[in-house]
Amino acid sequence: MPSTPTASTPAPPAPDRVEKGTSLGRDAWHRLRKNKLAMCSLWFLLAMVLTCYLLPFLPLIADPNKTYPDLKSLGPFTTGESVKGPSVFYSLGSDYLGRDIFSRILHGGRVSLTVGFLATSVSLTIGVLYGAIAGFVGGRTDAAMMRVVDILYALPFLIIVIILTTYFGNQLWLLFVCIGAVEWLTMARIVRGQVLSLKKQEFIEAAQSLGLGNAAIIFRHLIPNTVGTIIVYTTLTVPAVMRLEAILSFLGLGVQPPHASWGSLIKEGADRMISDPSLLVFPSLFFAATLFSLNFLGDGLRDALDPKTSKD
Amino acid sequence: MVPHRLLALTISALAVFSTACERTDRATRAARDKILLLGNGAEPKALDPHIVSSVGDANILRALFEGLVTYHPSDDSAHEPGVAKRWEANDNFTEWTFFLRDDARWSNGDSVTAHDFVYAYSRILHPEMGSPYASMLYFLKNGEAYSTGAVTDFSQVGVKAPDDHTLVCTLEDPSPYFPDVVKHTTWYPVHQATIEKFGSMTDQFTLWQRPGNHVGNGAFRLVDWRINTFVKVERNPHYWDAANVKPNGIVFFPIENNFTEERAFRGGLIHYTYVLAPSLIDWYRENRTEVLRSETYAGSYFFRCNVTREPMNNLFFRKALAAAIDRETIVRYVTMGGQQPAHGFTPPSDAGYQPPDVIRFDPAKARQYLAQAGYADGSDVPAFDLIVNTSEQHKAIAEAVQDMWKTHLGITRVSISNQEWKVFQQTILDLNYEVARAGWIGDYVDPTTFLHMWRTGDTNNQTGWSSPDYDRLLKKAAQLSDTQARYAMLYQAESILLEELPVIPLYWYTRVYAISPHIVNWNPLLLDNHPYKHIDIRLPGDNPDRPPYN
Amino acid sequence: MSTAHFISYRFAQAVFALFCIVTITFFLNRFAPGNPFLDEKAIPEHLVDNMKAYYGLDKPLFTQYLVNLKNLLVGDLGASFGNKGYTVNEVIAQSWPVSARIGLCGLGLALLLGVPIGVFAAAHRNSRIDYGLMSLALLGICLPTFVIAPILGNIFGLRLKWFDVAGWEGSSAWVLASATLGIYYAAYIARLTRGSMLDQLNQDYIRTAQAKGVSPNKILFKHAFRGGISPVVAYLGPALASLIGGTFVVEFVFNLPGLGQHFVRAVTNRDYTLIQGTVIVFATLILVFNLLSDLAQVWLDPRRKLKT
Repeated sequence: MPSTPTASTPAPPAPDRVEKGTSLGRDAWHRLRKNKLAMCSLWFLLAMVLTCYLLPFLPLIADPNKTYPDLKSLGPFTTGESVKGPSVFYSLGSDYLGRDIFSRILHGGRVSLTVGFLATSVSLTIGVLYGAIAGFVGGRTDAAMMRVVDILYALPFLIIVIILTTYFGNQLWLLFVCIGAVEWLTMARIVRGQVLSLKKQEFIEAAQSLGLGNAAIIFRHLIPNTVGTIIVYTTLTVPAVMRLEAILSFLGLGVQPPHASWGSLIKEGADRMISDPSLLVFPSLFFAATLFSLNFLGDGLRDALDPKTSKD
Repeated sequence: MVPHRLLALTISALAVFSTACERTDRATRAARDKILLLGNGAEPKALDPHIVSSVGDANILRALFEGLVTYHPSDDSAHEPGVAKRWEANDNFTEWTFFLRDDARWSNGDSVTAHDFVYAYSRILHPEMGSPYASMLYFLKNGEAYSTGAVTDFSQVGVKAPDDHTLVCTLEDPSPYFPDVVKHTTWYPVHQATIEKFGSMTDQFTLWQRPGNHVGNGAFRLVDWRINTFVKVERNPHYWDAANVKPNGIVFFPIENNFTEERAFRGGLIHYTYVLAPSLIDWYRENRTEVLRSETYAGSYFFRCNVTREPMNNLFFRKALAAAIDRETIVRYVTMGGQQPAHGFTPPSDAGYQPPDVIRFDPAKARQYLAQAGYADGSDVPAFDLIVNTSEQHKAIAEAVQDMWKTHLGITRVSISNQEWKVFQQTILDLNYEVARAGWIGDYVDPTTFLHMWRTGDTNNQTGWSSPDYDRLLKKAAQLSDTQARYAMLYQAESILLEELPVIPLYWYTRVYAISPHIVNWNPLLLDNHPYKHIDIRLPGDNPDRPPYN
Repeated sequence: MSTAHFISYRFAQAVFALFCIVTITFFLNRFAPGNPFLDEKAIPEHLVDNMKAYYGLDKPLFTQYLVNLKNLLVGDLGASFGNKGYTVNEVIAQSWPVSARIGLCGLGLALLLGVPIGVFAAAHRNSRIDYGLMSLALLGICLPTFVIAPILGNIFGLRLKWFDVAGWEGSSAWVLASATLGIYYAAYIARLTRGSMLDQLNQDYIRTAQAKGVSPNKILFKHAFRGGISPVVAYLGPALASLIGGTFVVEFVFNLPGLGQHFVRAVTNRDYTLIQGTVIVFATLILVFNLLSDLAQVWLDPRRKLKT
């Protein structure tokens, strides 16, 4: 394998890309629009987010925490007559306390989508920057930065969360700090690895010889060239974050009962897998649909952002 | 065509493979060897009767040790002779003399003597031992004083061995139910030579409890103990009643995950599940009712109220909360195990004590109490927390109760908060809560095991509640040797507790579990302490007269 | 810099990192609310004080720390608070083979499934095969281990009776545990491999090779694969450490006596010594596997030099 592979392609793509920085976005959008799967996913995600956030204004959505214990575990599309008085219609059935599953899923989606996207952005930002800087600067800085990552991996996360919740109580910022603190580590390792390998390539050396600043090199050349891996790993981080949120809520951090999130609904469903499978199936369907569209959108974005793709 | 043929081939190969694997399951094989396979909750903390405190650990100790008096296989109030062949009390039940059998042996062949009991009690009460359950021995005269260090000379504690086979216990107060008390694991003897071979008397960490080192006096002896895997015991040939011990051995499996335990049961890996998760009860009722058991259990589920804090310091507010809980609905639809809605605190016992019948679901009265408490409707009640330790069941109950308070009283600002186990304990100990979920299982068959804890300053009170009248009544009751008079006094005391409501009772426990139909003589017991030597295993077609060996 | 020099340099760093981890963990433990002796049935205070004295917890915090450090230097992890009668060394000695077997088999399965799926999907980018394989992988990601594990138990344990559903000694439940982990990690690895393979296939040197008429398979496996696998290798360091260091969920669901169960139970018991012991094991695994993963990345990419 040639270690200097691009001998025959003289023009390094990088300077060229800097100049048409603004049109890159527009090009990408054009390419994305041609990708039907990605566009469907985008619309689905938008619809999902809108539904979950505009929930309080939507009619016909039941109170997610109203219990009718005598109407528990009803199937989808049933109407139950509670001894409490009202007759209740369940579109996706009722849970173990006679609450409306559909409504709980939508309300849970609000929590999960917020946590999923915000905490992922936190870990994405920290992870990419940290990894890129460590890889690009190299030497002792890199060694020190990566040992910090190792230490953070090894510390007993459970205890840290227990201590923080005891001293600060159940607060939203703490949830993001705790999730962000664990989820960026692997991202940093991956990005650093990619940057270490990229920075020996010609176009980076060319950019350096052109006198480009370090920040410009990192942001304009190194990060864009690892964008494929970053997008893929980001879409993998979202489900991990949503699941972590459910674990943290058991430690008293984050959403507390009777409120639900997708993670906690799936956990409840897993425990009742035999007796009441719909408690597992419906929340999982919403969770899976969201993740699928997120991933297809991610793949589409990756293709769209890559200028070389169109040549294929 | 080729892929289809390949597929068919694979499927048939898998079918052959799976039939080849259809072998008798472990539970059946063990049943043939007369070995009990029991699910047992968490990993035992120790196999030393002076260190353990949990119910699961006590289940294992009951196989390895035997007390003066032991449990009857079916009758809670009956006393089976253990190491003591008979016992007698003086007129006012303050001095008990136990006559030990001559043929009681340790698992290494040594005789079990009265001195072993004295040694054991001096060990568990020793201040440096730090035994978590030492308070069970406070029945003995000066037991508490010795444990706290107020008395340093153990000869002043009320236990004596005049000769090898006589043990005399002198008590602080008259206790006609004392034979019930000495059945508890804390009253087991320990083998002095073994303990001191591996360390000093008060060492918490010694190797004497290991397989090979362990010496007990129970119907079984320790064979193997692997952490998080199993504790194996086999019949103890030196046991005085060895000829009448039915099982050849028992394996205790620590399986903390209820669903795993249930799968292990259905998969033929164990004979008995320690618990059955509420969400599985309905399924079992419909599909496997022959293995499902639900039995009354001496335990009470309740909420602690911190009476030193707003808004729980308001008696009428506590009454309003208590009256707005629909207990019938909770036991019927949430816990589902046939539990009884609690109308008092102490669980009623068929033969003995009946608690006052005062706690009731009454929404109209609840609203009236709320008004008396000074709140127009629920919305002006200050925000407060209901804390639970993490568990699906506690969560479900809390969610149901929260909604009841909202529906019947209009209280909107009550939040449920999950807490990790130790955080939860610390929060309650520090009185840093408003309402907290709690449960209490009786140690012996007598209402005092439920009522003592609410005395002023008791370590388990943890509500900040204190009532001089209550303390006085309990003290007076302790002086009475007539059981009916004593119960009447305790009834009065409990009435005070239920009038002031530092605790809001919810329901009385049941034990819900699954057990293999081959297990014989496993009867409902109020304290769930089954004497294993009477448990038999019979497979269909078994000859019941077959000798226990081979 | 030679590989030997690099490794010895990294070793020195690792020792220092381990020291930091031990120190931070020690103080974290002591600041966590509760103590090992707190239980549902409250223990009188004087007894708690006596027990604290027995374990040396009544001494000043810094003295405790120094004593602890001194014991660690001779390899003594102390007595467990939660498993009376066992030292932490014994607990770990009993449980690491369990976690190692589940973890290594799980990872083996994950690599065997994940890498080929990822490469194959990248080679057939945006085709039906690609979408099909990636949807399968996504399914694995959507289903958390606490859902997959009971499902596998119900199907292969209870329905088909191929494996036991719980237990370690004389039991085959570990196969299902490994399979659960394998499915989950395979999905991650497949997605990651596909993504970075695509990155590589767009690199100029690959285009050059294509232009030169090198066969597609040779490009895929000889050229693109080396670079494309690099992010997977970076991911594998911590993944392998957490697989071998104990995976609580599968150990819990299949009742396997591995390190993961010990760690979580040690935390709920505030078993200070056992927490420290499991953290040290995990930290060592992280440091070792991250080093191996860094070395492997360099080996895969000759352009990169070993840097301290």
